[in-house]
Amino acid sequence: MSEISKEQVKHVAHLARLAITEEEVEKMTKQLGDIIEYAELLNDLDTENVEPTTHVLNLKNVMRKDNPREWINKEDALNNAPDKKDGQFRVPSILE
Amino acid sequence: MNFETIIGLEVHVELKTNSKIFSPSDNHFGAEPNSNVNPIDLGYPGVLPVLNEEAVNFAMKAAMALNCEIATDTKFDRKNYFYPDNPKAYQISQFDQPIGEHGSIEIEVEGKKKTIGITRLHLEEDAGKLTHSNDGYSLVDYNRQGTPLIEIVSEPDLRSPAEAYAYLEKLKNIIQYTGVSDCKMEEGSLRCDANISLRPIGQEEFGVKAELKNLNSFSFVQKGLEFEEVRQQKVLLSGGEILQETRRYDEQTKETILMRVKEGSDDYRYFPEPDLVPLYIDEAWKERIRSEIPELPDVRKERYISELDLPAYDAMVLTSTKEMSDFFEATIAQGADVKQASNWLMGEVSAYMNKQQKELEDLALTSDGLAKMIKLIEDGTISSKIAKKVFAELVEKGGDPEKIVKDKGLVQISDEGQLKEIITAILDQNEQSIVDYKNGKDRALGFLVGQVMKQTKGQANPPMVNKIIIEEMEKR
Repeated sequence: MSEISKEQVKHVAHLARLAITEEEVEKMTKQLGDIIEYAELLNDLDTENVEPTTHVLNLKNVMRKDNPREWINKEDALNNAPDKKDGQFRVPSILE
Repeated sequence: MNFETIIGLEVHVELKTNSKIFSPSDNHFGAEPNSNVNPIDLGYPGVLPVLNEEAVNFAMKAAMALNCEIATDTKFDRKNYFYPDNPKAYQISQFDQPIGEHGSIEIEVEGKKKTIGITRLHLEEDAGKLTHSNDGYSLVDYNRQGTPLIEIVSEPDLRSPAEAYAYLEKLKNIIQYTGVSDCKMEEGSLRCDANISLRPIGQEEFGVKAELKNLNSFSFVQKGLEFEEVRQQKVLLSGGEILQETRRYDEQTKETILMRVKEGSDDYRYFPEPDLVPLYIDEAWKERIRSEIPELPDVRKERYISELDLPAYDAMVLTSTKEMSDFFEATIAQGADVKQASNWLMGEVSAYMNKQQKELEDLALTSDGLAKMIKLIEDGTISSKIAKKVFAELVEKGGDPEKIVKDKGLVQISDEGQLKEIITAILDQNEQSIVDYKNGKDRALGFLVGQVMKQTKGQANPPMVNKIIIEEMEKR
């Protein structure tokens, strides 16, 4: 059974700035529902004595010292920009 | 109907670490656009962030100074949004486990003390800077992308725009003392958004709030809130409804202007940042940071009153910025009289700073120079009046006060014989004044002293001049 509604699919699509057709909404609703259903298999596991975690790796406090390091220069930084001006990236204005 | 104003503030403070929070790019203000960026800041595919330990230390330090409880288990989360200021389309922030919670600071408004709660303090990355032009395009500088940032959220405990102002001053003061940020609003290293709502007095429930943005100085925060207080009151009294909206403060018209009405809550889809592992802050780490926190302004203020015997006003003014307070400490550490040092800093030095719109650190004056000058006054080498001439030189060009006094021939004339000679000549020329004085006109004495000071270019020792003139007149 699908756990997700068409409205939710449309909402998520909007948040991801994806324009999807009504047909695609149908298709995605089914597919996303299936994915969630599959993930629900995890609910069958007994996690009674397992500490909750937010990360799959059993690591903590991976940090670096506060030393700046040169990596690329300004020209390199802008090299892949589709549009640039005065040493800056140029983008269509999006008013908040 | 009377209303009660409810204000909560969100303050962002940039941390002055050497490098960025998740990449080794140089972290400093004022560099050429896009010169302090690397593939991590630019969000290139496949790059991974690595946490800067110092950013965590700084955030902890600020949180402790604001009396927060420090988290033991904490982590970072992704806040998803699309905007060209952030090339990754998400900001690495903290959602449900902020570094600090349940803090507070004490403010004072019109002599009344009040404790303002701090809900949380979390660590995140700053975004790039957009410059909008009117050709439909914006320019983006990513130097700021990845600068470590702390967001400090107050409880809705503030009840007036004046309290909001006092809170900001205090917050800035405390954070500057910890040394983790410059808190310069004009450079964007401290930024503030304000939430304000009104509710009828006696009502428990909060009213609908408006969020104010684009507040570029503490006084604009206060003015914006004052305007908003009146605006909301008018709407409510006329039976209208306040909408949950974002407004910006216009510095020209001194009004708040609607930016957008918020529909529903923002949907940032926070989730734990998979590219960073959790952070575990043990007691030893907390203790180490706690021990590094310097004396904070309130404690210092108390010490100035109780140990240095300074008036409460002096203590308050001197501790109002860390620069001023440190300068004062350095001056008295070199043997200058405490009250003299306080007077010069609060008087001439502050006046000069205000007039020139300069910070203490930008003056040529050093604590060493000020201390030496004060000692020259104390040992009678120069008078307070002459000291002003020495000060004018010191504050503009720096240098050694003793040398300035010598080079400019400003040494005070305290030689009795020399003074007597000058005074005798002046008395000879002003016999009427002697008559006037003997007839009880005190003004005549002032006039004669003035003549002596004029002739000696202000260098005569004033108490001695007074004494000798009276003695000499009595003889005639």
